[in-house]
Amino acid sequence: MNLATPAIRRQVTTPPAPASPFPYNPGSLLSVLDLSVAAVSRLLQRATALEHEDPIVRDRILAKRRIALLFYESSTRTRTSFELASKALGADTTLVSNLSSSIEKGESLKDTGLTLRALGAEAIILRHNSSGAAWLLEQSTRLPVVNAGDGMHEHPTQALLDLRTILTHLRPGIGEVGPETLAGVTVTIVGDILHSRVARSNMLLLPRLGARVLLCGPKELLPEQAARSGPGIEIERNFEAALAQSQSVMMLRIQAERLAGLQLDLDEYKAAYQLTGQLLAAHAPSAVVLHPGPIIRGMEITAGVADGIQSAILEQVTNGLAIRMAVMERALVPSEQEGGRA
Amino acid sequence: MTALAICGGRLVDPAAGVDAAKDILINDGRVAEIAGPGKLKGKNGAQILDASGLVVAPGLIDIHVHLREPGQAYKETIATGTAAAAAGGFTSVAAMPNTTPVNDSAEITRWMQAPERGAQVRVFPVAAATRGSKGETLNDFAALKSAGAVAVTDDGRPILKDSMMRETLAAAARIGLTVIQHAEDTRMTQGASMNLGPVSFKLGLRGMPAQAETSIVERDIRLVSELREAHPHLHVAHLSTAGALAAVRQARRNGLRVTSEVTPHHFLLTEEHVGLYDTHAKMNPPLRSAADRDAMIEGILDGVVDAIATDHAPHAMHEKEIEFELAPNGIIGLETALGLSLRWLHKEWRMPLGRVLGLLSAQPAALLGLKGRGTLAVGSYGDVVVFDPGAEWTYRATESKSKAKNTPFDGWPMLGKVRYTVSEGRIAYALQAADKPVGTGAL
Repeated sequence: MNLATPAIRRQVTTPPAPASPFPYNPGSLLSVLDLSVAAVSRLLQRATALEHEDPIVRDRILAKRRIALLFYESSTRTRTSFELASKALGADTTLVSNLSSSIEKGESLKDTGLTLRALGAEAIILRHNSSGAAWLLEQSTRLPVVNAGDGMHEHPTQALLDLRTILTHLRPGIGEVGPETLAGVTVTIVGDILHSRVARSNMLLLPRLGARVLLCGPKELLPEQAARSGPGIEIERNFEAALAQSQSVMMLRIQAERLAGLQLDLDEYKAAYQLTGQLLAAHAPSAVVLHPGPIIRGMEITAGVADGIQSAILEQVTNGLAIRMAVMERALVPSEQEGGRA
Repeated sequence: MTALAICGGRLVDPAAGVDAAKDILINDGRVAEIAGPGKLKGKNGAQILDASGLVVAPGLIDIHVHLREPGQAYKETIATGTAAAAAGGFTSVAAMPNTTPVNDSAEITRWMQAPERGAQVRVFPVAAATRGSKGETLNDFAALKSAGAVAVTDDGRPILKDSMMRETLAAAARIGLTVIQHAEDTRMTQGASMNLGPVSFKLGLRGMPAQAETSIVERDIRLVSELREAHPHLHVAHLSTAGALAAVRQARRNGLRVTSEVTPHHFLLTEEHVGLYDTHAKMNPPLRSAADRDAMIEGILDGVVDAIATDHAPHAMHEKEIEFELAPNGIIGLETALGLSLRWLHKEWRMPLGRVLGLLSAQPAALLGLKGRGTLAVGSYGDVVVFDPGAEWTYRATESKSKAKNTPFDGWPMLGKVRYTVSEGRIAYALQAADKPVGTGAL
């Protein structure tokens, strides 16, 4: 049977896709695309400034402002990091989790958001297992919403803290960043790209500062269309070849909870994509090793590499605190220097 | 029943090959006479509808709607769904069986057509092919047909097993019923909420591959070909992929009785319209790639596609105001189909008016065998739409007659405003703000 698609005989004009109304609130951070490069630069500078600020002065920035942490998924570092960052600026925080709230009784995300707003929440930090949930919450509440991870989609503060970690190592002492700051730098993201919101946010953010993003993984976890997510993204399926080009390597966890019936031979996976000390020494002896956590030692990364001198994994966690202070300040303190939407 | 004369309009009846200034007289629900302008005035004491400057055409026929009754009246009822149909110029709608319970019996089929339902236009039930649409046991097609079912389908729950689909096609062919297939290999679409492609990857949503549609259409066509001695009729519902369209095109060249419909959203929108998780752009089949959409336009313009159908799928507001992945599939479409078809197919893409109307009336009537519908030849049912072909207007979902407002076309420009919809001689809809009000003829 001939299944060739016949060519369109005439040129037709079709209706355009509508412009996005998001973000409704200038304080929101839903996607890394909400930030211009100038806004990214400012956030990085504020992160450094806030980190070094006198705690007593810092405590007044968001004194008694009410921030709700709304978590539909379990989390250690993201939740604690947001909470400590908010508190370091003097804010009052409250945690609502899906397991100990009316969400269990069937309350919708919209109603939960409106309830938090009625209780006086001025900003909501949302972690949700469904892609796009942060957009729904922002549209429903019009509050500043900070996306702390939505399904397989984005995790913008993680990409910002990864950027800060990469800059610390590859561009130490840099003040402002711009579109060429990471020119010549290749960052390889390895593993379960398909299910990773960390990968998506990083591949959209890093090229805008000049970096080249290499994606590395098997077809089941890294579909070809990933390279079409934006400019500066390429696929290299051979791990050794990818390592050899990398100044930074970001390892990802296999997200067993999102595999949804996908059959994956874990031994085969480890043989092809596990980051070992041997591989690192042979192909990327000076690359910075990142991992958003949680780490599964012995799966995507060996204990030796995780604890080794090239590992910046714990620095990432520390950077998270500084970045999230800057993000929460941006959410609640209007700034004249804020750059527009990218 | 009183007589109704529609006078002064331009009669466009593609099935009868008419496009001329004609008056039309409807008596006892049937077209009694067609005559030159002014010749029917005062005849039989008929009520007169002034159609000056308007197009008078066979009432539109939508062969794919969900009226949600029985069982889901909070989304829509037969009364509200058909009120929306009338407002959109439709005089016949084919109602899908995915109700609660599933319409798999003569009893439910009759219940849906009972006068107590308050239908504003004619409802033709499409019954389930298998019991409970579970794909296991074939229903009694003869009983369903005599109760008024015009086709069988397990819409929304496609028949995957080859043997069951073969049995369905053979059994339907024996008694002259059409088999409508919602072509989706659900084994490839688990947990998916939009088209598989760069956009679904970017949005972090699981995608439905085009292959899930194409492979079922190809399989069904192979079965129709194997059964060709029995002359089965396969109708592919809401076609959305270039591959499936190519398969249908080839099947027709091979002389098989394979027909198809395309929805306005599949010939106008693409996966890009999902935007940032707009649940009004979530339906099944999903909005596809630009190449697929372009193929739909081409298929309509070159005549491979038989009908435009809306897949009118009402949902309550709260059901769509949730996470994209969790939201139900479907959009309403009865009040936008004509306006969008005229605005795009006719005005933008230069399809002759008669052909556009044929896709919305004569052709769907023919493919479901609705006798006396889709034409205004003398003796046909008095199903008429009267519309202003030049009127440009903006669709407002809040003004919809449907219970539901879930549409991606809110605020879109439309062409062609329905003034009157006449169902079997009864005025089922009249535009309230019409500057030409209903008049009455003197004896």
